[in-house]
Amino acid sequence: MKLNHKDFDNARLVTICENRIDAVCAIQFKDEMRTLTDAGPSRVVLDMSQVEFLDSSGLGAVVAALKAKKAEQTLELASLQPAVQKVFHLTRMDTVFAIHDDATSAMASIADAS
Amino acid sequence: MRPEKISDVCMSSDRNYHGKNGVLRLVIPANDRSVRRGLMTIKSGMSNLSLSQDDWSTVELVIAEVLNNIVEHAYANSDTGLIEAHLDYSQDTLHCKVIDTGRSMPNGKLPKGAPKDVTCDISDLPEGGFGWFFIHHLTRDLHYARHANQNTLSFRLPFESEH
Repeated sequence: MKLNHKDFDNARLVTICENRIDAVCAIQFKDEMRTLTDAGPSRVVLDMSQVEFLDSSGLGAVVAALKAKKAEQTLELASLQPAVQKVFHLTRMDTVFAIHDDATSAMASIADAS
Repeated sequence: MRPEKISDVCMSSDRNYHGKNGVLRLVIPANDRSVRRGLMTIKSGMSNLSLSQDDWSTVELVIAEVLNNIVEHAYANSDTGLIEAHLDYSQDTLHCKVIDTGRSMPNGKLPKGAPKDVTCDISDLPEGGFGWFFIHHLTRDLHYARHANQNTLSFRLPFESEH
């Protein structure tokens, strides 16, 4: 599980450098996201553009990352591939997360999304 | 199912390249990494179908959830289990049968797959239980049987062209 991050003013962009978040790596993803949000600024944006496949354990790990964020923090998602978008849509999790078309527009948008 | 220990995905296939249908049979050890490899094997095995990305993502998600459940529940606390999958597909439909010799489903029945409520506080959001929802929601003719020491789950996945 490789997560890269880059810090901007009041925002941290985390890029998932894996093409699958599944039962193999879900727990590790959750733990590493916890570290990145704990030490992160008020906005954390998760760039999922490289993720081609997300199963229920991967979805659970992304939800766990949202629940583990600090109270004053937002965790937003960017660049969901169709198979990943389908999983969020079927479970209605697309109504829970702020989802941006891509990381560039996410970083350009003002920090009022929840 | 063969009793010997299998260290990696075993596959046999009988494909008809001209008719765009075929049969795949896989035997994989019941662990997360073998499930991942098994899905890749199925993807390449079914490549003669030229499935749309949308249809393939449904196949991959459903089979992943079925196999993950067997690894996590039927073979919980065991690292020697095997899973056997039979896939029989045409351009319209995939028929799938998955067999294991792990524990029975709770009460010998399929778990329900009701959607989870997500209109709640963030702290109350569900982190699991989505797998059976995907399986129930996306498959047709879902059936479970327990005979002797064996679990058999069978289902059908219609492809887009049939919708």
